[in-house]
Amino acid sequence: MSTFYFIAFLSIFFSILVISAKNPVHSILYLILTFFTFTIHYILMNAQFLAIVNFIVYMGAILVLFLYTLMLINLNKESEPVKPFMVKIAAVFGGGILAVALVSSLKSLGVSDPVVLKNPELGLVKNLGKVLFNEFLLPFEVSSVLLLSAMVGAVLLATKDPKEPKVTI
Amino acid sequence: MESLTQTIQAVPLNHYILLSAIIFSIGVMGVLLRRNAIVIFMSVELMLNSVNLLLTAFSVYRGDAAGQVFVFFIMALAAAEVAVGLAIIVMIYRNTNSIDINVLNRLKW
Repeated sequence: MSTFYFIAFLSIFFSILVISAKNPVHSILYLILTFFTFTIHYILMNAQFLAIVNFIVYMGAILVLFLYTLMLINLNKESEPVKPFMVKIAAVFGGGILAVALVSSLKSLGVSDPVVLKNPELGLVKNLGKVLFNEFLLPFEVSSVLLLSAMVGAVLLATKDPKEPKVTI
Repeated sequence: MESLTQTIQAVPLNHYILLSAIIFSIGVMGVLLRRNAIVIFMSVELMLNSVNLLLTAFSVYRGDAAGQVFVFFIMALAAAEVAVGLAIIVMIYRNTNSIDINVLNRLKW
């Protein structure tokens, strides 16, 4: 039980560091740590498939994509934009108001039952595969079309227009 | 693995909701606070992940596997979104030499 609270503290701590780090590379590294704590949350709930997918897809693919893009973009120290102080205060205040609203609406729920894993097989690949390929077969196929169109769109957006005059070095 | 899952037995559902709400709010704060487009993008990822965690907690609580399948779809969606979004950011950087979102403030009108 105390494992959950320790990991929850770590996730909140690292996610605060993500938005407060000055250097975007540090921000990405803290985000990797945050996602690692999320993986531990999934393991604690015995959602093994999601833990592996979170580890491979988020930490392995998406964040490496972020890092590559950041390396391509070649940011300098002086190019890091800074917002005025009042805007920062207003942003933190707005986010805090959202948090207070969510938490106070949680109060009206009353007592909450503990999360008990009734069926230990729930998050295993075997069980999830059966659900995924029976009830959710059509969304699964549609998501493959989505990924294909995203790939084509990304390649189309990121390649240079050949008709433009060359301005590169 | 059996002893590991025993540790979760006593955590109330409200604490999962609390954790997800706090991390979601931190993501919203990050979107409002930063002007670097990539960091804003990362805050959006943080919000998506807090929702994923909450969906998984509800799925375990109800004993229903559909919630974990939704998380799988959200992850596929996030991968597509990141690919297209980072391509757009690279294109913006190529045209304006900056990823400050205030360069694009004419999009407001």
